Amino acid sequence: MSNQFHIQNWVKIKNGKIFNSEKLIFDSSEKELNFFLKACYDFLDLKYPKFHKMDGLSKMGILASEIIFRKNKPTEDTALVISNNASSLEIDRQFQESTETFASPSLFVYTLPNIVLGEISIKYKLQSENAFFVSEDFNAKLLKDYTESLLISGKSHQVLSGWIDLQNGEYDVFLCLVSKERNIPFSEENLRKLYCAENDKPTH
Amino acid sequence: MKKLYLLDDAIISPLGFSTKENIQSIREGNSGLKLQQRPEITENPFFAGIIDETLLNQAFSEIGSSEKFTKLEKLIILAVKLILNKNRNLDPTKTALIIATTKGNIDLLNEPGGFPINRLKLSELGKVVANFFGFAQTPIIVSNACISGGLGLAVARRLGNSEKIKNAIVVGADLVSDFVISGFNSFQALSTKACKPFSKDRDGISLGEAAAAIMVSTEKPEISNVISLIGDASANDANHISGPSRTGEGLYKSIQKALKEASISAEEIGFLSAHGTATVYNDEMESMAFQRSALQKSPLHSLKGFYGHTLGASALIESIITKHSMLNNEIFASKNFEELGVSKPLNVIQKNEKKEIRYALKTASGFGGCNLALVFKAEKQ
Repeated sequence: MSNQFHIQNWVKIKNGKIFNSEKLIFDSSEKELNFFLKACYDFLDLKYPKFHKMDGLSKMGILASEIIFRKNKPTEDTALVISNNASSLEIDRQFQESTETFASPSLFVYTLPNIVLGEISIKYKLQSENAFFVSEDFNAKLLKDYTESLLISGKSHQVLSGWIDLQNGEYDVFLCLVSKERNIPFSEENLRKLYCAENDKPTH
Repeated sequence: MKKLYLLDDAIISPLGFSTKENIQSIREGNSGLKLQQRPEITENPFFAGIIDETLLNQAFSEIGSSEKFTKLEKLIILAVKLILNKNRNLDPTKTALIIATTKGNIDLLNEPGGFPINRLKLSELGKVVANFFGFAQTPIIVSNACISGGLGLAVARRLGNSEKIKNAIVVGADLVSDFVISGFNSFQALSTKACKPFSKDRDGISLGEAAAAIMVSTEKPEISNVISLIGDASANDANHISGPSRTGEGLYKSIQKALKEASISAEEIGFLSAHGTATVYNDEMESMAFQRSALQKSPLHSLKGFYGHTLGASALIESIITKHSMLNNEIFASKNFEELGVSKPLNVIQKNEKKEIRYALKTASGFGGCNLALVFKAEKQ
């Protein structure tokens, strides 16, 4: 079967570990989400103070895309196609709690899942196509079909595609960079394989 | 790129429980916005378009049992049902279902009302709707802030173009929940009046709730007059997550890309359905982007004065109304518009007019810096 598009680079963040194209690059024993995210920030020597104001989803999006974009510089039209299971429910709950005393505008801004796309766009100056999908499980078919549709139609020449989920402090991130350049064939099977490879258990 | 044909549609809103009723209300200038008092959230009264629960349950009781479904699910099911009733040949096992929503059943977070907690998940909402009608494919759920409903149409066209789908029903729906009232109130973004898009004395949004659904296909239908989506693009501002770019950069970019894909010039746009939320910054940003795009002469309206901001539903509702404007050669006045209050000139429609429209543009912008432009074409015989 011929594959027109290819995965240039991928990153996986789960259970304290960061894998970058099959290499374990970071392993932390921090159990608590915010400590882990801070440890990743220090490991990458990110120097991006805005990071500390973000919610968990956005922080994970920035960390994962930084790892990819350090190796493969994004272009102006690098599109973002991200999905997850829990939408922004983690921060939704925090905002809901805040309404019992004083509704927090700084929490409310993060109560949409696509805010992570905005944060990635700001950091890497991407004025490109955005789409956020919600699905029960990692939906390789949807990610492949939609990512391909952007590449086929020429709306984008490169797509950062994947999954950034956060619920009850548990995180699960998989992002890959897809373009025409030859590498790992961009197929549903390969997406599933890469996403599942480092997962101890199937998602949820 | 292939066209996406816009077929039957339905809107369930405070303006009525069918597209026909909605359009009649708009034609007559009747708004769905009413004064609301919610002292437990805010001491200021505000306007919002809220669907009467008794009327909703009455309508729903003809097709299902009201207590088994949340308010949002009932709105969506009613809208989809109207379309399926008119298209008995449509096979739901071969039709894609695309649902656009920002917050889904978020009202359950505060008041679960006997529903299981997983009903908060957007994938569950999708399942409930799919199971009700027997859609066999996993629903595609788009949650991309206030461009969601319009992005749902773009998603259908893109997947149609690469032959992953042929026929789809695209749904857009959101509620006026305590959650969003508290949120927009915390931003001091709620107007104390019925919102006044593009007007000098505009001072914020009014919220609204609705569900809209539309059947779409990449296959040209055998009808003489048809509207199709021929250009679509989204672009991020890369500027700020909760405020629009001052120069309208992302909106400008998305308009340029959509026009280019449609192979038409800005002068050919006969009607522009703007986002027009009536916040000071949003409407100003739109005027910048429209001027940069040479669209300052295109007759334009915002429907927020009729519906309020229906979030994930808004861009789909506004696309549906645009479709009917094109089919019926009539454009509607921008409700609550008085004196122009943005820095660039705009041609805001002040009274309903008869007008033939060949090409129309729908735009939307949202939190996260997202922007969307859709170009529609009328093919008439």
